[in-house]
Amino acid sequence: MTPSPIRDFVVGLFVLVGLGAVAYLSFQVGGLSYKGPVGFHLVATFGEIGGLKVRAPVVISGVRVGQVERITLDSNLRARVLLDIDPKLKLSVDSTAAIRTAGLLGDQFVALVPGAEEEYLKSGDQIAYTESALGLESLVSKLVTGLGSGGSGGGEEKK
Amino acid sequence: MRVRSIEAIGARTLGFVSELGRMAFFAGHVALTLVTRRPRPGRVVQEIYDVGVLSLLIVCGSGLAVGAVLGLQGYNTLVRFGAAESLGAVVGLSLVRELGPVLTGLLVTGRAGSAMAAEIGTMVATEQLDGLRMMAIDPVDLVVTPKAVAMVFAMPLLSCIFTVTAIFGGYLVGVVLLGVDGGNYLTSLESAVDFENDVAGSLLKALVFGVLVGLIATFRGYTSKPTAAGVSQATTSTVVVASVSILVFDYFITALWGM
Amino acid sequence: MTAPDPEAHVALEKVRVAFGPRTVFEELDCRFPRGRISVLMGGSGSGKSTILRLIGGLLRPARGHVWVAGDDVTRLSDRELNRVRRRLGMLFQGSALFDSLSVAENVALPLRERRELSSREIEAEVQRRLSDVGLEDAGSLMPGQLSGGMQRRVGLARAIVSSPEILLCDEPFSGLDPLNVRRIEALLVDLNRRYGHTLIVTSHHVPSTRRMAQQVVFVREGRAVSGTPAELERGADPAIVEFFRAEESEAVALPSAGGSRA
Repeated sequence: MTPSPIRDFVVGLFVLVGLGAVAYLSFQVGGLSYKGPVGFHLVATFGEIGGLKVRAPVVISGVRVGQVERITLDSNLRARVLLDIDPKLKLSVDSTAAIRTAGLLGDQFVALVPGAEEEYLKSGDQIAYTESALGLESLVSKLVTGLGSGGSGGGEEKK
Repeated sequence: MRVRSIEAIGARTLGFVSELGRMAFFAGHVALTLVTRRPRPGRVVQEIYDVGVLSLLIVCGSGLAVGAVLGLQGYNTLVRFGAAESLGAVVGLSLVRELGPVLTGLLVTGRAGSAMAAEIGTMVATEQLDGLRMMAIDPVDLVVTPKAVAMVFAMPLLSCIFTVTAIFGGYLVGVVLLGVDGGNYLTSLESAVDFENDVAGSLLKALVFGVLVGLIATFRGYTSKPTAAGVSQATTSTVVVASVSILVFDYFITALWGM
Repeated sequence: MTAPDPEAHVALEKVRVAFGPRTVFEELDCRFPRGRISVLMGGSGSGKSTILRLIGGLLRPARGHVWVAGDDVTRLSDRELNRVRRRLGMLFQGSALFDSLSVAENVALPLRERRELSSREIEAEVQRRLSDVGLEDAGSLMPGQLSGGMQRRVGLARAIVSSPEILLCDEPFSGLDPLNVRRIEALLVDLNRRYGHTLIVTSHHVPSTRRMAQQVVFVREGRAVSGTPAELERGADPAIVEFFRAEESEAVALPSAGGSRA
């Protein structure tokens, strides 16, 4: 075989680009990630999670700070959602976790609303205040009842 | 007349089965040389150059075009439901699960598989393989195995490169041209595509297609008749058989992988 | 079973070969004496090349024996066959050089694959063989850059690089101009004289056969007739006599290099 340094280099480059594409698809797009030994996890329990899925984003004020790690059913038959969150964040113990929908029909995600307490949540803690997912129909019914009671409307929550 | 056509069907079936048998035997021979003979990195690198590097241009070009079409079609459909933010999910899922590996498989079959069959077929026709045998060299070891290995190695890489360029093509049309939010496109793509269900399955498909095309192309070339017509027949049948097998295997992998 | 004739380096015994419905040989017998130049003659399609393929073990007969240096190659496993093939060199009709390898690498291929010699020894051996065929300066060229006659000489250098006992040449003169025919012919005779290998050449080139052949094996209708060129030319078989005459009278001494194997 004729030794050809240029050909070898080009093939090496091709392999690197190819592996780069594999890595991009696996880690960035596919979400495969190396879990460090100290992950920061919070637990939130919801009565209804709607269409929330594993790997759905977790946001604070619209900024992505983590993702849904696991969804299980707890002993009271409520949805127990494990959130994987940026460990640098300091969330006070009275923070709220709410399941929201992107747009009218879009994907669901978890929005965290920070509280005011001086005490902060530690990894593994449970978020006390949660808001379940609002299905389109419950949204409509809330709207209807809200109108019926003469309120100013707005299907937004009340804890 | 009817009896004769039934006879013909029977003969074709028998021919098909014995062809499969010969191919399995051939695959065994290739695998055996892979295990028992010393590796030939120089030759494999040369073949990866032929299969991978030289296919790069058409893979990237087609990827860009396919991604652009997906972006356009997806946007036009989604915007009717006010769900244009999900464009990334639509483009990404269809590419990673199906279009990436399948279209790459078909492109590489046409570009590199046919060339592979033609090259080996020409070596048969010009007695180069007999020449090797007379030098006590196993032509499968020296010529066939490096080509098949290169195909198996290059296919997943090419498939991923195709998928990434197509995602970029979708981004160009969806975000730059049609005004979908760029962050939305990528977020919906990343949250919709999953490693275990989608990316791993995509890699598996590309790997299987690589094995299929590598084996079919080398086998057709290796068993071609030693004439110009034989070589062209080997080339054509490589493209036909490999393309059909890719589509058939695609279904089965999708079904079995639970994609 | 032992070889029938200790004098014969290569011998075919009651060989039957058929391709599908077409029987090439029904019961072929022929011998090739050690150290001699034998020319296999016969019309196109008579099976001359088939005999070389049988000797090389590239083709297994339906029946019969092919003795090569004491081994019946029809009975050997692939591994044993390769042992026998190391004692054979073969020049193919189209030279069968690898387009992707340079001339020197083509010639070095059998030695490299055998891995018995160091790189330097291989280089020296290749250079020696290239100068044997008068191409000492062509080592770095690619086969595509060579003329047909030069390609054939490279093929010859490759065939003799591992010092075979038996050299098989398939149509070494086809497609060459008269000057190149003389050159290859002189080369074959010279190599035979120098290295003493048994040389078996297929050809239908009558003038060169007359000059070089110590034995002619004429193949016709699945049978072989052996003798010196003079014996056959004046022999009892009118078809053979006519074959020798036809070439002469038409003076188109060079058969075409068409793809069909004789």
